Amino acid sequence: MKFRHTTSSGPEKVEMQMTPMIDIVFQLLTFFLFSFKIAAIEGDFNVRMPVAGPGTPDAESQLPIKVRLAADAEGNLASIHLADRALPNFRALHEQVMNIVGSDAGPNAAASSAEAELDCDYNLKYQNVIKAITAISGQVTPDGHIVKLIQKIKFAPPKKPD
Amino acid sequence: MKFKRNTYEMNAEPDMTPMIDMTFQLIAFFMVLLNFGESEVDARIKLPSSQLAKPADTPLEAPVVLQLTDDDKVIFSGEPMPISELDRPLRNEKKFIELSGGKVADATVILRADGSAKTGIVQQVIQKCQDNGFERFALRAKQELEEDR
Repeated sequence: MKFRHTTSSGPEKVEMQMTPMIDIVFQLLTFFLFSFKIAAIEGDFNVRMPVAGPGTPDAESQLPIKVRLAADAEGNLASIHLADRALPNFRALHEQVMNIVGSDAGPNAAASSAEAELDCDYNLKYQNVIKAITAISGQVTPDGHIVKLIQKIKFAPPKKPD
Repeated sequence: MKFKRNTYEMNAEPDMTPMIDMTFQLIAFFMVLLNFGESEVDARIKLPSSQLAKPADTPLEAPVVLQLTDDDKVIFSGEPMPISELDRPLRNEKKFIELSGGKVADATVILRADGSAKTGIVQQVIQKCQDNGFERFALRAKQELEEDR
């Protein structure tokens, strides 16, 4: 049997088929591109609230700090009271808390045992609660470190609207 | 002036190598950034911001994530429901934690509540969790930069 020998004039160029690979690669790229979203960094305020906790004084706590947040009809913050004393803003609340539990050098021993109770109106917007917790629970030093103040935070029982 | 004209046929194939290099680099970049853990984060919730909100050093073990929208709906496992129906899934979670040998009191409930949600509703959700034995709560907030204040 004879095979015909192909006589080519030069070396044959074998080309790789790029098209299917590029198709798939672009599909992958589009998938990752669309599933990409920029998420803000999130953090937690850890609060321990046993069932009997709200409303009942803790035997260990030395300084019960009562913060009252009142809301207007729209749910915006109307007033801040720290133990019957009206405060203009959260910065003032933070300064008052600093006077009670801390100094410029940092929180004193009272901070670890102090407890704060938040008494909020039912329709108050939640962001005000977070602002109050921020003012009570710590501060950020200019070099970016967090100094913890009061860590024991609890809520007064919710007030049902009439 | 006369120009010489090329009579032979040119093999005009574009060089694909740099493009494929770049495309693979882009794919690798987006692949690394893709975070499947964020699937529990609902875009409808606009978290309140706080300068003290820093991500935890150690991730919580098997937390229960509850999300509260500004129209008083709780999103649990991607499903929105009114607060009155929250008891059943919480009981299931409790059973699941107890069956896997854990204590409900040690489990953490991550509460992602919208900044415009009513505080009373947030407290109601906390109360429902307390009724089912949960004691630890993590109130979630997004990080606020110093310049935003």
